[in-house]
Amino acid sequence: METGFRALSTAAGAMVLVIIVAIAIFLISKAVPALQANTENFLSYKAWFPNDAEPKFGIAALAFGTVLTSIIALIVAVPIALGIALFLSHYAPKRLANPLGFIIDLLAAVPSVVFGLWGRDVFRVPVQDFSVWLNKYFSWLPIFGGDGPFGRSILLGSLVLAIMVLPIVTSLSREVFQQTPLMNEEAALALGATKWEMIRTAVVPYGKPGVIAAIMLGLGRALGETIALALTLGIVFNISFNLIESGGNSIAANIANTFGEANATGRGALIASGLVLFAITLVVNMAARAIIYRRREFRDSAA
Amino acid sequence: MSLLEKEVPGVVMTPDNIRSKKLPWAVDLGVAVVALIVAAAVVLGLGLGNWVLVVVVGIVFYLAGMFAAATRVEGRRSARNRLWKTLIYAACILAILPLASVVWTLVSKGAARLDGEFFGTSMNNIGARDPNGGAYHAIIGTLEQVGLATLMAVPLGVLGAIYLVEYGRGKFALTVRFFVDVMTGIPSIVAGLFILAFWVLIVSPWFNNGTPRFSGFAASLALTVLMLPTIVRSTEEMLRLVPGPLREGAYALGVPQWKTIVKVVLPTALPGIVTGVMLAVARAAGETAPVLLVAGGAAAINFDPFAGNQSSLALYVYQQAGDASRFAPERAWTAALTLVALVLILTIAAKLLARRNRLT
Repeated sequence: METGFRALSTAAGAMVLVIIVAIAIFLISKAVPALQANTENFLSYKAWFPNDAEPKFGIAALAFGTVLTSIIALIVAVPIALGIALFLSHYAPKRLANPLGFIIDLLAAVPSVVFGLWGRDVFRVPVQDFSVWLNKYFSWLPIFGGDGPFGRSILLGSLVLAIMVLPIVTSLSREVFQQTPLMNEEAALALGATKWEMIRTAVVPYGKPGVIAAIMLGLGRALGETIALALTLGIVFNISFNLIESGGNSIAANIANTFGEANATGRGALIASGLVLFAITLVVNMAARAIIYRRREFRDSAA
Repeated sequence: MSLLEKEVPGVVMTPDNIRSKKLPWAVDLGVAVVALIVAAAVVLGLGLGNWVLVVVVGIVFYLAGMFAAATRVEGRRSARNRLWKTLIYAACILAILPLASVVWTLVSKGAARLDGEFFGTSMNNIGARDPNGGAYHAIIGTLEQVGLATLMAVPLGVLGAIYLVEYGRGKFALTVRFFVDVMTGIPSIVAGLFILAFWVLIVSPWFNNGTPRFSGFAASLALTVLMLPTIVRSTEEMLRLVPGPLREGAYALGVPQWKTIVKVVLPTALPGIVTGVMLAVARAAGETAPVLLVAGGAAAINFDPFAGNQSSLALYVYQQAGDASRFAPERAWTAALTLVALVLILTIAAKLLARRNRLT
């Protein structure tokens, strides 16, 4: 009985490794036939016609859009998330910090399709106005150039993505900031530091690896986000740094959008693009976790 | 030379003089008002933008003015302290805005179709001109898929956590733990593609005369992949909180380890485990992409998760959002409201349960 139970639980633990390996194996096995049928270079071709008699598809534009939207989302979300994390861990009175932290956690629980719907139906209007304004005064910057139409742009997708990444970065950074040894904080204050100086010299250096890991986990989430981007991006296959003109696409959004009309090769092509996404997110997540694991006190508590 | 010896003649050492100077709050408020007025004058006077820009420019002016005033009265270091404090408070308010907007839109737009018909009918035979139609089939789909996924993920996840806490030692256990954490970051669309490649395209033809078949069960497999790491991680944390003396007491009475785990450790950690499971269920109920890829979506009611297309609430929202019908947005928003209500009730219940948990 003892050995049986032990073997059972060990098998359950090993299941995680089995699943990760199985994901790689099955995705590769379905992607290879499609890649062999592809008549263009998968990595550099910028369009997606896998269902034609001569399949032509490549992920250059998709990968570019995925990375661009994720990075802009992080640029917007990280400073705000760190601000909230510091507020929750060091500024807010406890009576306010707990409910506010609770609300941020609820933000993480809202399904992505709801954010997508909200981004498309509600948030698009102010972002469109903002885009027109940016275009009027800053069109000399290439990223804000163009003649429109504005609206379902990379900017909109990135901002919606930023809202979705925010709770992850916040909750992890908050936990890390809370773990700063009280001694370090008190020592800084005793030397006459103001509160901000205390945070800069005691809290931030201590939490830095945890914050970096939190940002990378947020990046992993942003890279894999599907439905919110499928609903808010303009779905255009090109590589352009213009943020405000309608356009943009991402690997995951493309899978959701074109899966419906895909034939066998088309499905294989989508699986191949999913394989690339899997590889990217696996690397990002493993790097983030490796950083967390170097600090035992972070590993044992950070979610 | 101490501060006391530097004393300026004529200044008496009263408490007011020893204390560092503070910027009066009235000045702070005055700076804010002036900043807002100046910003309004500049922005609206030059016709640069609307009230949003006024607020943004006003905040920038306020920060600059407050920094200058505080530097004069309190010194540069204290002024910088104030500046960052204001920025951190502003970040919080900025983050609440989108959430408030989402909640407000959900309630105001979702209430339109919140009627009995929405919860009692499906989308079968609902054309583009029909204002009715409902999400009954989608709710059935969500419940069945998430239920099946929970049935698979909970035993697997709890056993995995038991391995990590009670049995796992050495390199292999560390590897498993590391990859559990990595697996939490796998995008849901990749889990969907995995089940598509593995179950729908390779395994399901065996049961269906050689043709691949979408099913609700495939969706629950994908949701299992997504739920598993969350459950392992939260259960592991709870099992670690169970006091060692409880286990030792059982061992001392001659109870074998497996029986100790089943009869002592698990019951002690149960409330925490349930909390973790509920959070994982809430997360899975909101997933759209895997259901889209392997359950296919359907307009009609399908009670059988093992055969034929099924829909789910999240997928229903996505499909109605993409529908050209004039009545589709209303249905999408009501379904979104239902979905969010379901997810939030689960999440809030889980958190309240966690608060009553004696272990933490």
